[in-house]
Amino acid sequence: MYLIPCPWCGERDQSEFRSGGEAHIARPLEPEHLNDGAWADYLFMRTNPMGLYRERWVHAHGCRRWFNMLRDTVSDRILAVYHMDEAPPEPGDES
Amino acid sequence: MQKYSIFSLARHTLTGHADWTEAWRSPEPKATYDVVIVGGGGHGLATAYYLAKEHGINNVAVLEKSWLGGGNTGRNTTIVRSNYLWDESAHLYEHALKLWEGLSRELNFNVMLSQRGVLNLAHNQHDLREISRRVHANRLNGVDSEVLSTDQVKAFCPLIDCSPGVRYPVLGASLQRRGGVARHDAVAWGYARAADALGVDIIENCAVTGIRRSGGAVEGVETTRGFIKAPKVALAVSAHTSHLAAMADLRLPIESHPLQAIVSEPVKPILHTVVMSNSVHAYVSQSDKGELVIGAGIDGTVSYAQRGGFPIIEDILKAIVHVFPMFSRLRMLRQWAGTVDICPDASPIVGLTPVGGLYVNGGWGTGGFKSTPGSGHVYAHTIARNEPHPLNAPFSLERFSTGALVDEHGAAAVSH
Amino acid sequence: MSDQTHRLAAGGGVDRTRPLAFTFNGRAYGGFGGDTLASALLANGVHLVGRSFKYHRPRGILSAGPEETNALVQLGRGGATDPNHPATTVELWDGLEARSQNCWPGPRFDLGSLAESASPLITAGFYYKTFMWPARLWPLYERIIRHAGGLGRSPTEPDPDTYEHVNAHCDVLVAGGGPAGLAAARAAAGTGARVIVAEQDPAFGGALLNETEETTIAGAPPLEWVERTAGELAAAEEVRLLPRTTVFAYYDHNYLALVERLGDHLSPAEGTGRPRQRLWKVRAKQVVLATGAIERPLVFADNDRPGIMLAGAARAYLNRYGVKPGNRAVVFTGNDDAYRAALDMVAAGATVEAIVDLRPEVSGALPHRALDAGIPVLAGHAIVATHGRHRIQGVSVMALNDDATGVTGAARDLACDVVLMSGGWNPAVHLFSQSRGRLRFDDERAIFVPDTSAQAERSAGAANGTFSLAQCLAEGARAGLAAAQEAGLDGTAEPAPEVDETQESPARTVWVVPTRKTRGARMFVDFQGDVTVKDLRGAVREGYRSVEHVKRYTTAGMGLDQGKTGNVAALAVVAEAVGASIPEIGTTTFRPPYTPVTFGAIAGRDAGDLFDPVRKTPIHRWHADHGAEFEDVGQWQRPWYYPRKGESMHDAVQRECLAARRSVGILDYSTLGKIDIQGRDGAELLNRVYTNAWSKLAIGRARYGLMLGEDGMVMDDGVTSRLGETHYLMTTTTGNAATVLGWLEEWLQTEWPDLKVHLTSVSEQWATVSLCGPNSRRVVAALNPDIALDGEAFPHMSVREGRILGVATRIARVSFTGELGFEVSVPANHGLALWEACMEAGKDYDITPYGTEAMHVLRAEKGFIIVGQETDGSITPGDLGMDWIVSKRKADFIGKRSLARSGVAGGERKHLVGLLTDNANEVLVEGAQLVEDAQSCPPVSRPPVTMVGHVTSSYMSPNMGRSIALAMVKNGRDRIGARLFVAMEGKAIPVSVVRPVFFDPEGGRLDG
Repeated sequence: MYLIPCPWCGERDQSEFRSGGEAHIARPLEPEHLNDGAWADYLFMRTNPMGLYRERWVHAHGCRRWFNMLRDTVSDRILAVYHMDEAPPEPGDES
Repeated sequence: MQKYSIFSLARHTLTGHADWTEAWRSPEPKATYDVVIVGGGGHGLATAYYLAKEHGINNVAVLEKSWLGGGNTGRNTTIVRSNYLWDESAHLYEHALKLWEGLSRELNFNVMLSQRGVLNLAHNQHDLREISRRVHANRLNGVDSEVLSTDQVKAFCPLIDCSPGVRYPVLGASLQRRGGVARHDAVAWGYARAADALGVDIIENCAVTGIRRSGGAVEGVETTRGFIKAPKVALAVSAHTSHLAAMADLRLPIESHPLQAIVSEPVKPILHTVVMSNSVHAYVSQSDKGELVIGAGIDGTVSYAQRGGFPIIEDILKAIVHVFPMFSRLRMLRQWAGTVDICPDASPIVGLTPVGGLYVNGGWGTGGFKSTPGSGHVYAHTIARNEPHPLNAPFSLERFSTGALVDEHGAAAVSH
Repeated sequence: MSDQTHRLAAGGGVDRTRPLAFTFNGRAYGGFGGDTLASALLANGVHLVGRSFKYHRPRGILSAGPEETNALVQLGRGGATDPNHPATTVELWDGLEARSQNCWPGPRFDLGSLAESASPLITAGFYYKTFMWPARLWPLYERIIRHAGGLGRSPTEPDPDTYEHVNAHCDVLVAGGGPAGLAAARAAAGTGARVIVAEQDPAFGGALLNETEETTIAGAPPLEWVERTAGELAAAEEVRLLPRTTVFAYYDHNYLALVERLGDHLSPAEGTGRPRQRLWKVRAKQVVLATGAIERPLVFADNDRPGIMLAGAARAYLNRYGVKPGNRAVVFTGNDDAYRAALDMVAAGATVEAIVDLRPEVSGALPHRALDAGIPVLAGHAIVATHGRHRIQGVSVMALNDDATGVTGAARDLACDVVLMSGGWNPAVHLFSQSRGRLRFDDERAIFVPDTSAQAERSAGAANGTFSLAQCLAEGARAGLAAAQEAGLDGTAEPAPEVDETQESPARTVWVVPTRKTRGARMFVDFQGDVTVKDLRGAVREGYRSVEHVKRYTTAGMGLDQGKTGNVAALAVVAEAVGASIPEIGTTTFRPPYTPVTFGAIAGRDAGDLFDPVRKTPIHRWHADHGAEFEDVGQWQRPWYYPRKGESMHDAVQRECLAARRSVGILDYSTLGKIDIQGRDGAELLNRVYTNAWSKLAIGRARYGLMLGEDGMVMDDGVTSRLGETHYLMTTTTGNAATVLGWLEEWLQTEWPDLKVHLTSVSEQWATVSLCGPNSRRVVAALNPDIALDGEAFPHMSVREGRILGVATRIARVSFTGELGFEVSVPANHGLALWEACMEAGKDYDITPYGTEAMHVLRAEKGFIIVGQETDGSITPGDLGMDWIVSKRKADFIGKRSLARSGVAGGERKHLVGLLTDNANEVLVEGAQLVEDAQSCPPVSRPPVTMVGHVTSSYMSPNMGRSIALAMVKNGRDRIGARLFVAMEGKAIPVSVVRPVFFDPEGGRLDG
C-alpha cells in the first residue's frame, strides 16, 4: 500500500485516496468539431506507460482535493506530487 | 511428438522415466517467418497451434521474453465459464468453453478441466434481477445456465452460509454447471507441445524491442536475439499490449492494473464448486491439490509491479469469511498479483489494427484465461485471413470510435 | 501418561514444575510448560509424526521452527480444528489434542502407503500425461486425484474465535529478536526512536536459545545478555516488544504486516474472551531485517526417514527443551557447526557413532574438540543409504571421490537411532526479497545474500549472511543505529560486547550427495511434496528448463513451508541439469506471507454483522417496530414493505399501492442523496452535468435532470431545486449519492476550476418523508407549516422553505408516483417526530406507509425509470424516450458528443416500452428475454436464438387491475402495437408492446 504525500495533508495511506487515471488529458473545448476518432482519443486512448506515469489522485477520505502525481509504474515509487494547475515536473528534476 | 497415455507412462517406468523427450524444442530463431506471435502465454501459444492446425501455417514463431506461461496464464485463478450477459461475449466464451471440453484429448495433454459448476451468488434484489436477465439470455444463446433459490444453493454447496441473519444474506444464485476450473500451467505447456509438434518454433528468453515497419505495414520485429522478418506480427502480450503497440505508434484504449490472488494451505476436498459473489467480492474454488484459490478485485491504479495493495487482500478475505465462516481458521499460504489489461468496456480487442500485418489481441481483463482456446482459435483465423472471424468481429478496435461497445462491466448498481 | 523417556534431568528453558498433558493420535503423553508439540513428542521418544503428500512415506520431525516441512499435524476437534500446523511451532498447552494427517488409519500403518508401490508410475507431472481417456471417466479420476491431494482437514463449523487489527507507525521496525535484532533494537532505542521488535518465537534470543554456556557475551552466558537486553528494551518507553509475532509481509513504501498470536498457546479456558490473533499493520520509517537463517538438509539417498533431523534442530531440542532426540547419533555434515550438535549429544549422554564429513580434510577447533570427545570423524565420507522404516535404524557410509561426484571403497554400516545433518545455513532473505530487494549469490559460501535494497531497510546478522555471533551483534547494533539516524534521530554507537565463541573453518557444499547404484533409493529435495532429485532432473529433460517451470511441474517449493528448507538445493539441481550456474538460472520470487496467516486474522473484526456498515435512516426504528421487512440497497436498509398480520408480501404491496393512489401513502425517502450547491456558477455547473437547461430555473422551482457519463450513457437522475439566487439543492439516487458528489467535484477541480461553486453532501443532515396521494396535501396541512400549500401558491415542481413542527423544513412538490406529492425534509434528528406526526395527522385518511417495492410498482405504473434497472450503463436518454430532456440549444454538456457517435446515433437502439400479457394475471419474470417468433424459442429452435430485448420491470399493478411490465426492446418504439414473445423455459408467452405509461397518461392526478 502506497504512502501518498497529499499536497495539502501530508503523507497518508493509499486507502484514503482514489486513483483518477491518467493526468493532463484536457477535455476538448469544442467537442462538436471533433470527428469520432478524435473524440474516442480523448475518451478512451491512454498511454498506459511502463515507467514514469503522470496520474490524478483524489484524497477521497481526507481533504477531497484532487492533485497530480508522478509515479514509476514498474517500481511504484512516487517521485512527485503537484497541483492540478501545475505543469508536470520534467523527468529527472523530480527529486 | 511422444504420445502421452497410461501405457506410455507404464512403458517409461521400465527405463526409470529417463527417456522422455522434450515437450517442446528450444530452437534458434530463423531469419524469417510467415507469422511472428509476440507472447508465449496461453493466448499466443493457442494462436500458434490453431494457425498450424486449422490454417496450415506452420512457419510460425512464438517469441516469449521470459518463460512460457509466466504472465497471466500462470497467475490467474483458473476459472472457466461462458455465462456472459451480452450475445457477443457469450458467443465468444461459449466457443472457448466448447474447445475447452475437448482440449485434453486434442492436445494429448491433460489440462485437468474440472466442470464442477460456477455459482454466482445474489445478495440483493438487484443481483437477483441481473442474474435472471443473464440466465435467460444465456439459455437462448446456448449457454447452460440456471437460477437457484437459496435452498437450492444450500443443497448444491452446503458450506455457503445461507442463513437469513447475516449482513448480506444469500438470496439465490445462478449456476453454470459446465463451468469450472482447469490447470493453468498445463494449458501453456499443452499448447506449446502441440504447436511445436506441428512445426511452430517456440523461442523463450527473446524479448521484442521494436516493430519494423515500411509504408504502413510491418516488416518484422527487432528482438534481443536479432531482427526477425515477418509480414504478419500478432501481439498476445496481455498487460504489455500498450507497450508493444506503442512500438508501432499505436495508441490503445487499454490500461494495465494489478489483479491479486491468494491460495490457502492445502486441505482435503471440501469445496466442490466454484463460488463467485460480485456483491461481496468473493471468488473461490479449491484446486486439485487442495488449496483454496481466491481471486481479488482489480486495483484502481496503473501498475506493472505485479503486486497490489494489502487492503484488497483484507477485503477479499472478509468476504470469504462472510460467505464461508468455517474458512476463517484456514491460512493464507501464498499471495501474488498479475497485471491485467482492461478496456473501458471490460471486453477484449481481437482484430486488425491500422498498421498492415499487425494484429492485436488484448484487453481481456479478468476474462483472459477462460477464453484461451477460443481466443487463440479466432485470432488464428483473423491472422490467416486478414479479417476477423465472425465471433471476434464485434471486438474490433473501431468500436471505441463508433461507440458500439460491448459493456460487460455488469449493470451499474441499482439506484432509487 | 507415558514417561518422558528422552527428557534430560536438567537444563533447557522448559518449566519442569508445570507438567502438561496432551494426546497425539489418541494416546496420552506428558510434556512441560515451554515445550512445543515437537519437543514434547521427542521427549516421549516419538519421531514418527505423519506421512508424506504423494508417496505416504513415514516422516518425522526435521526442524525446530516454522520451516518444518514434515511434522504437520491436525489440532483440536470440531469447529476450532486447525489443519497443517507444524508440531515445531505449536506451543504445548494442557489438554492439547493433535493427530497425524494424510494417513489412515494411522501413521504407523497407513493404507495410503500403497501409493509408494505405484511410485514408479506417479512421477512428477504424471497426471498431465494420463487420465485423458475415456473422457467420461475423468470426473472419477479427478475425484481420486483430489482425494489424494490436500493434507489436513478444513474446519466445517464457524470459527468460534475473534481477531483484531492494529495500525501502528514507528521509526524502526526490527523483524527478528535474535542477537542481531536485539542489538539493533537496543541501538535504535538508544536514540529515542520509536521501535517495534517482532519475534516469531515466544521467547527473544533466536539462535542463542539453543546455545550452550560455552559461548559467552561480555563474559556471561548468552541468555543472560538476552534477558538483560530484552529487559532494557521492555523498560524503554518508545519500544514495543512483540513476542509470538511474525512479520509476514513486506509491501510497498515500508508497509509491513505482522501477526501476533495471543491465544494459540492457551487452553480454551485460558483464552476465553480474548482475541486469538492480532494483525499489526505497520508503516515503518526504517526496517531492520534480522530474521536469522534456516538450516539446509543434505540431499542424499533416503534422507527422509523419521529420526533424520537438522543438526541445529537437535541442538534446540537438547539445549532449549532438555530433550535428547536419540541415544545413538550419526552426524552428517559439510561444515563445523554440526560438530556442536555432536558435542551437545555427547554432553547429554548420547553416543555419537560418527561424524560423517563431506570435507576431505577436517581441521579447526570444533573437529578437534569432537576428536577429543572420542567421536570418530569420517572425513571425505558420505551417507549412501539409510535403513529403518518408521524410524532410522542405521546408515551406510562410503568414501567420496575427490570431486564428490561418486563414492568408492566398501560401505560401512553404522547403527543409529537419529541422524543429525547439516547442509549449511541459508539466510532468511524472504522479507528482503518481498521488499523487492535484489539478491546476490555468494558462490564461495553457496548462499543467497541481500544485495541491493529497494526500500528503506537493511539486513543484519545471519539474515545478511553474517554468522559469527560477535559480528551479528556488531552488525545489528550498526544497523539499528543507522536506521534510527535515517529516521531522523541522533545517537552514537556503543562498543559491541566482547564475545567468546569458537571459530569455524570453511564448509563444503555438495548439493547432491553421490550414492551407490541402489534401486528405489530416493533423494528428497522437497520432503513435503515428495520431490526428488530425479523428478527435478526429469523435468529439465522434458524441456521444463526455467526454474519456474520446474517448480510448477514438480511442485517443488509449493508446499506449506514454501520451500524454506529445500529451495536452494532445488535450484542447484536444476542449474546442474540445465548446465548453468545458480545465479544464471536465478532464484524464484519469495511471496508473502513468510509463514501461513489465518484468514480470520486478516479479516479482523469485520466479520459477521460487522462485515459492512449498516446505514439506517432516522426513522428506521419506527419501521422495525411496525413490522417492516427491509431491503439492502447498498449499505442502506430500506423498508421493503410493511406486512400486516397474515399478509403475504404480495398482499402487502398491493394494499400499499392502492392506498397511495386512493388516499395517502407515506414513504421514508431519507436515503435520497442530497448535494447542497452554492456559488455564483451553480446554474452553469448544472448546465454542464445535466442534459437539460438550467439557466432559467426560477427561485423556488425544481426540475428533473438526467446525468450522463462522458460516454453518453445515463448514469443518474434526480430533481434539483433552486433555493436562492446562488443556491441549489441537487438530489441523487440513493445508491449513487457518493458517486455523483465525487463526479461533480472531479469536474470542478480538474476541468472547471474557474467555476465558483461549492458542493456539500447534506444527505444525512436531512430526513425526508415523502407523502403522495389525493389526501397528501391535507396531511401536510395538518402539520401547520408556515407555507401555503394550495396548488396556485405551491405548484408541482416547486420547493419552499419554512418551519414545520417547530423546526426548519424544506418541502418539495414533486412526484415519483404521478400523484399529488410532497417531500417534506427536516433536520435528521427530527425525522422520526415528523414521521410520527404525519402518521397521526393521516389517521383519518388511513395513511399507509409503503416501502420500496410499492414505490417501484407505483412508478412503473407511470413508466418512470429507475437508474440501474431500466438502464445498465449502455442506455442513452433517447433509448428511454427522453429526448425531451436533452437540450438541443446547449453547445455542450457531459456526454453530448458521445451521443452523436456513428455507432450510437446511427445504430439500432433499444427503446423503453411497456408490455402487456394476454393473461392479465400473468406477471412476467424480470430479466426474461424477448423474441420475435414463438417458434424460435427452445426447445423448438436450437440456440443461439435472436433476442430483441428484455423485461426490466414487471409487477402486478393493483391500480390497473392487471400485470404490467417495462422492457428495453430493439427499435421498441416502432413496435408499439406489435406482438413479441417472452421466451421462458419450455414456453413462449405472447405480449403486446405498448407505450410505457400505464396509469393516468394525461397526468391529471398530479394536482390531487
